[in-house]
Amino acid sequence: MHTPVPYKIHNQQFWLTTGRTMFWEEEKALIVSDLHLGKTGHFRKSGIAVPASVYTEDLQRLVTQIQYFQPRELIIVGDMFHSHANKELELFLKWRSDLQDVNIRLIRGNHDILEDEWYVAAGIQLSLKTLSRRGFHFIHDMTDLLNRKEGFVENSSGAGSYFFSGHIHPGIRIQGAGKQSLCFPCFYFGKKYAVLPAFSRFTGVALIYPEAEEQVFAIVNQELIRLQ
Amino acid sequence: MHLYESRGYQVVFSWFESKGLHPFAFQEETWMHILQSHSGLVNAPTGCGKTFSVFLGALISFINEFPDDYKTRSRNHLRLLWITPLRALAKDIGRAMQEVIGELGMQWQVGVRNGDTEMSERQKQKHQMPEVLIITPESLHLLLAQKNYPDHFKHLRILAVDEWHELLGSKRGVQVELAISRIAHIPVTDAPWHFSLWGISATIGNLAEAQEVLISPILNRINHVPVIVKAQLDKRIEIESVIPDEIEKYPWAGHLGIKLVHKVIPIIEKSRTTLIFINTRGMSERWYQEILNAAPDLAGAVALHHGSIDMELRLWVEEALHSGKLKAVVCTASLDLGVDFRPVETVIQVGSPKGVARFLQRAGRSGHGPGELSKIYFLPTHSLELVEAAALKSAIKEHVIESREPMLLCFDVLIQYLGTLAIGEGFYPDMIFEEISSTYCFREIKKEEWHQVLHFITEGGEVLRQYDEFRKVEIINGLYKINGRRIAMRHRLHIGTIVSDAMMKVKFLGGSYVGVIEEYFISRLNPGDVFTLAGKNLEFIMIRDMTAIVKKSTAKKAIVPSWTGGRMPLSANLGHMLRKKFNEVHGLLGIRSSGSAMPDIELLVLKPLFELQESLSHIPKENELLIEQIETGDGFHLFVYPFEGRLVHEAMAALLAFRISRIVPISFSFAMNDYGFELLSDQPIPVDDSNVYELFSDEGLTADIRRSVNSAEMARRKFRDVAVIGGLIFQGYPGAYKKTRHLQSSAGLLFNVFSEYDPDNLLLRQAYQEVMEQQMEEARLRNMLERIAKSKIILRFPEKLTPFCFPIKVDSMREDLSSEKLEDRVKKMQQQLSRELGKKRVR
Repeated sequence: MHTPVPYKIHNQQFWLTTGRTMFWEEEKALIVSDLHLGKTGHFRKSGIAVPASVYTEDLQRLVTQIQYFQPRELIIVGDMFHSHANKELELFLKWRSDLQDVNIRLIRGNHDILEDEWYVAAGIQLSLKTLSRRGFHFIHDMTDLLNRKEGFVENSSGAGSYFFSGHIHPGIRIQGAGKQSLCFPCFYFGKKYAVLPAFSRFTGVALIYPEAEEQVFAIVNQELIRLQ
Repeated sequence: MHLYESRGYQVVFSWFESKGLHPFAFQEETWMHILQSHSGLVNAPTGCGKTFSVFLGALISFINEFPDDYKTRSRNHLRLLWITPLRALAKDIGRAMQEVIGELGMQWQVGVRNGDTEMSERQKQKHQMPEVLIITPESLHLLLAQKNYPDHFKHLRILAVDEWHELLGSKRGVQVELAISRIAHIPVTDAPWHFSLWGISATIGNLAEAQEVLISPILNRINHVPVIVKAQLDKRIEIESVIPDEIEKYPWAGHLGIKLVHKVIPIIEKSRTTLIFINTRGMSERWYQEILNAAPDLAGAVALHHGSIDMELRLWVEEALHSGKLKAVVCTASLDLGVDFRPVETVIQVGSPKGVARFLQRAGRSGHGPGELSKIYFLPTHSLELVEAAALKSAIKEHVIESREPMLLCFDVLIQYLGTLAIGEGFYPDMIFEEISSTYCFREIKKEEWHQVLHFITEGGEVLRQYDEFRKVEIINGLYKINGRRIAMRHRLHIGTIVSDAMMKVKFLGGSYVGVIEEYFISRLNPGDVFTLAGKNLEFIMIRDMTAIVKKSTAKKAIVPSWTGGRMPLSANLGHMLRKKFNEVHGLLGIRSSGSAMPDIELLVLKPLFELQESLSHIPKENELLIEQIETGDGFHLFVYPFEGRLVHEAMAALLAFRISRIVPISFSFAMNDYGFELLSDQPIPVDDSNVYELFSDEGLTADIRRSVNSAEMARRKFRDVAVIGGLIFQGYPGAYKKTRHLQSSAGLLFNVFSEYDPDNLLLRQAYQEVMEQQMEEARLRNMLERIAKSKIILRFPEKLTPFCFPIKVDSMREDLSSEKLEDRVKKMQQQLSRELGKKRVR
């Protein structure tokens, strides 16, 4: 695995990886978003022959990250599962039973439509809207808050607070001279909130357009490149 | 039985006589062959009775079979299946057939089956097929998806494929090949096998091959040599160029056409009806406006017709064309084909028609009566295009017409076809393999590829995995069948090979509707960019709910959307004629005399432009390749002029960039048009006498193309069609978006996933194959390099931009290629990041 890139927010130490995860050192928590587990299975069950190895590779990558950081907790910022239960989730359950000492906290995303009992049985603690730790708040879709009213995010919590979100699968387009242009998944850090890249490789990206003082890390193959 | 003595011929002949007509020789020849159950191809232009050649043949053979009661016999099962690519034509053909049947006092029924056919009519056909069924390739496949479909074809005598030249060279043609391979192998009730297969085609460069492709599936079942029946009916065509009063020495692409609108008005006024062909939808909108501005009294008598216009409105325009209510119609390729509009006397072609065949086809839309003259005007959109008009004239005089290359090994169509059979009767692989390998398209299919296809539809292309629930085609006692109702329903909705570009609605902030535009175009825009649609300048704001939100803009500069119609490349034929024309220019300028023939008017008026080109640089002769290297504020430009069409240029640009980048690490951006291409870099481009022949060598061509980054990018774009046809992309049920949300994925994402996790996938490989054959036109690229190897390469270093390079500068569809490491390149680009980035906001 490539060396994680350190990033500080409010004196807390975070580590960003090209594996599309983020490790929170003080909390010993691995943070990911938009895993969309079972997506390939969902397609295949409907006769659409997407290679299933995308899924197994995603799961393996998660295991590698967990083995590397040895987190106490896995915080999933929504869309852990893609759709209804299918056999691919059984593979997840098997994997889950092998890694019992990791707590899994899931902030429910719009794709997480399984029955509550299912999560309980899988040893996943479910938060319906948000989860908060040391002034950091986790929410699946940031626009839920941004749409509330002007300044809500800025005023809602104290100066030391910050939001982590997912949902949009952020990507950045980089343009150079001669109309060259490339597009990559990325981490986005705004003043009050961050958007994490989608963990699953079977996801597209939605382009974001950051402002000058905001930070973006593009995931370019095996390297994280800080753009601003 | 000899034709002339036969009862059927006598009946049909007297019907002709009653109309004061006489059958054409080619019609009689076709009838003769049909009576002997021969198969073949009828080569006849539209509007010359080609329908009657095959259709009356079917009647004659029926009358001969039942000379005593042919008038009273009804319910004779399906005897003639008529495949047509054009829905719009079906009705008219059906009407014409029914009329003859009525006048002969026969009981035959003519049915039409296509996307517009109502459910009740289909049900009726299910119980009792009409004697003649007119059908599109798509609807025919839908028929093959029904249970008991073989019953329909048990009495079939003739299968006719109309407009075969249109179908050939497309995946719809492959659909036809597959359908023929199935139908021709359905066991018949009454032996012996009386089946004849007829194609009807306009003139193309490879008629013999067209016939071979069509007949291939039945070749092993017939014991005669398939025939080609030619109608010896030549049409007179008159071509005239619209010459600008003042020749621009710097031909700024796309602008000149509109300036010539005042020359168009008198042409419209002096003809009964004029069709004005414009290459792109965007420009057709502008032309329509400009004609009305220039001649307001034409309001109500001029109409617009293109693919993005509401169907109902288009039908109204066509109706009004028939009845002669319109003075002029501004149209795109949307009116290339279809029924004849008798009132049309004149055609105007605006801009390059890209090929001789297409130009002839458009010219032929005027002057329809027998012996009438087809009149076509050529109106250039930039002054250099006048050379093309001169080249077109020569090509027509010398009968140089393009070929249609048949498609090979279209696995996407095959996968779809197998699904189609699997939802109907189901199929046995060994039998179907034999059938499909009888088609021209799949005659080279390897057993291994066939197994891969079967594996793909039964196991989803994976080795058996514990947690896999892939379900599509199931094998029950050796029969391959789709049992899932939902899967079957989805498949039915997706039968077809015409994949329209993903279109996106465009709306104003306030919610009012502007029109539709290609998603691909929108995806390249940044908020704040200005583009034109429906004649308006619009500023792009954002995408919301799959709709592009815009506001009005007062900006002077706007991006004109690149529509599909504009992407047709110049044909090899026309390119060749064009290069030959430049030889004559040398005579014109008195540089070297090239005979005493009177030069074309188009070349004469361009003399000042040629003089400037010659003084700044050079005018390439037929056996020369011109390369210009120019330095400007933008950077270092390298212009090359092979005159081989934009696709070959795009590939050549990538190839050249790749080869140069092996000399030094360097990044380029590209631009190209049909005449040449440009490489632009921020550093000097190391091309000189010492290496130029090597850079254009055809050695290692295939490998070099594979290694140029573009093939992946191009394949990504091609993959969308392949994935839709192959059933990987589900576009949703009409009006039931929500339910299938979790099954949506973009072609780009699938392309990434397959490239990474299943690189040997058949559909992925096909996308690359299509890029090589169609996008890169590999065969043509190779021919070009061979030609260049025998030519003289002329390197020039002009002080400033030349008349030749200007149109390319304007056509700036840019691709990029770089030999620098991706990560390095991003870092470099990052340094170049424009200030704009700061202005944009996260939404």
